[in-house]
Amino acid sequence: MTNNHSLLEIKSVYKAFGGVEALSDISFSLKTGSITGLIGPNGAGKTTLFNLISGIFPTDKGDILFNGASIKNTKVHKLVERGIARTFQNVELFESMTVLENILVGQHTQTRCGIWGSITRLPWVSVEEKKARQRAMELLDFVGLREHSSKTSSDLPFGWQRLLELARAMAAQPKLLLLDEPAAGLNIMETLQLGELIKKIRERGVAVLLVEHDMSLTMEISDWIVVLDQGRKIAEGTPRSVQDDEAVLKAYLGTASKKVKAESRINRKNYK
Amino acid sequence: MNSTTRNSIIYVIFILAVSLAGYYINNFYYLQVLTFIGINTLLALGLNMLMGYAGQISLGHAAFYGIGAYGTAILTVHCHLSPWLALPGAIIAAMLVAYIVGIPTLKLSGYYLGMGTLGFGMIVNIIFREWSSMTGGASGFIGIPPLELGPVSFSSAKNYFYLVWGFVLISIIICRRIVDSRVGRALRAIHDSEKTSAAIGVDTSKLKLQVFVLSAGFSALAGFLYAHLILFISPGTFSFITSIRMVTMVVIGGMASIWGALLGASLLTLLPEWLHAFSEFEMVVYGLILMTVMIFLPKGLTKGILDIIERMVKKHDQ
Repeated sequence: MTNNHSLLEIKSVYKAFGGVEALSDISFSLKTGSITGLIGPNGAGKTTLFNLISGIFPTDKGDILFNGASIKNTKVHKLVERGIARTFQNVELFESMTVLENILVGQHTQTRCGIWGSITRLPWVSVEEKKARQRAMELLDFVGLREHSSKTSSDLPFGWQRLLELARAMAAQPKLLLLDEPAAGLNIMETLQLGELIKKIRERGVAVLLVEHDMSLTMEISDWIVVLDQGRKIAEGTPRSVQDDEAVLKAYLGTASKKVKAESRINRKNYK
Repeated sequence: MNSTTRNSIIYVIFILAVSLAGYYINNFYYLQVLTFIGINTLLALGLNMLMGYAGQISLGHAAFYGIGAYGTAILTVHCHLSPWLALPGAIIAAMLVAYIVGIPTLKLSGYYLGMGTLGFGMIVNIIFREWSSMTGGASGFIGIPPLELGPVSFSSAKNYFYLVWGFVLISIIICRRIVDSRVGRALRAIHDSEKTSAAIGVDTSKLKLQVFVLSAGFSALAGFLYAHLILFISPGTFSFITSIRMVTMVVIGGMASIWGALLGASLLTLLPEWLHAFSEFEMVVYGLILMTVMIFLPKGLTKGILDIIERMVKKHDQ
């Protein structure tokens, strides 16, 4: 694979629900070891695109390439095997399990003991289990939850649950990590901590696609920003260039500027 | 104390209890009841893997119990096979049926899965009843040979008791090992949320099918042991009511608890025996007891009792 090869390529993707076009002609690409922020006003299609990449919805038209191969309409669990892991907007932990078990089950694709393996408990199974536990503890160290490993996951405070979910996603050793509003429900301190963690994840050579409403976080950590509005891509570039982009300002402040224009028109009428 | 040593201690206690019971109990009736508890434990164990751990309900598991029983009956009587060859035959037959039925059925979930498996159980029961040339029809299948292994005959109640509980022990070990593994964790993950399990890479439909097939195997083993104990089987034993009783054993004992399966099976086998004293009110009292358990110990007997002990210990500490 060459250096300029993209890890993820979105190629003129279309998606409609009933007659409503949620996404039309979206194209962009993601490089290994970079953080890409996907932003846009409500209803822009961010979540829809996220769900197409993570295999929840089928893609209508266009193609999504991962490592050069199409992942369009691939089953969700197969995507994880290929190296795409995700977190959820509302934190989806396995609540009846402990913190450690959540990470262990997150390594499902990295281990291979099946029913026979578990019954016979051959030496390789024990070795695999031991390694999995070791790796799980390392990941808990990474997010700072080691001493809480034996707690039930639902007993953790919300901020820690987010971190645990992030660690669980990392347990699958992904090449691409999809984060769906990871800062939602976090306070400022927790958001800063999260930002640092995401940067550390990039250092491990993982590409991150971030859908996030917290602009300061997105602008701070992203290498590249893609802006959607009403199902179309209206801009992409570095955080700085996107912030000055005319179309982006219009999308975010559009209704306000229209209102200003309308008001001025009324005022003019009154003067006449 | 780590879990391995704790497990070994529990197994030693289990083996001791079974051997002591076998040594001291000579009464045919008691031995027979204990043997039935063993057979029912096998049924509950298998279903518990599916219901308690993977969270998938089946209201048709009596069908696999029946396939195990009729399978060995047909293979030993019509095909003149040794029962020990019929045993794997009957188990594989049940697993094969589970595999074929499971592929479309396990796409359903919740109530719909319940209805789907219920329908399957009824169809199989009708086959037992109507395929007279093979199964003996409604009047039942007679002449199933008793088990013997070399010089050891299992026609004595005591030997059969040991045989059944030997199988129970092996099955408990198998289930425990699966539960404490990568597979067990994935099963519990499916129970918590199928969507999230898929999102972390668990092939949920494959795993659900595997555990469905496995639980059918345990039910068929129970069916085999039942057939060679009673030596006569009829369709009524494997009806819808039996499926419901299996579900009740799992729920009363405690979902996702292997010892709960044993406890649930014991209670549901013993209760009718104890309640004979109430004669015509027997079923009323039986129902009342089950209702009381569910109202006051909604997590089942095992977890309920453990919770009560924990609370008492806490109170004592204060």
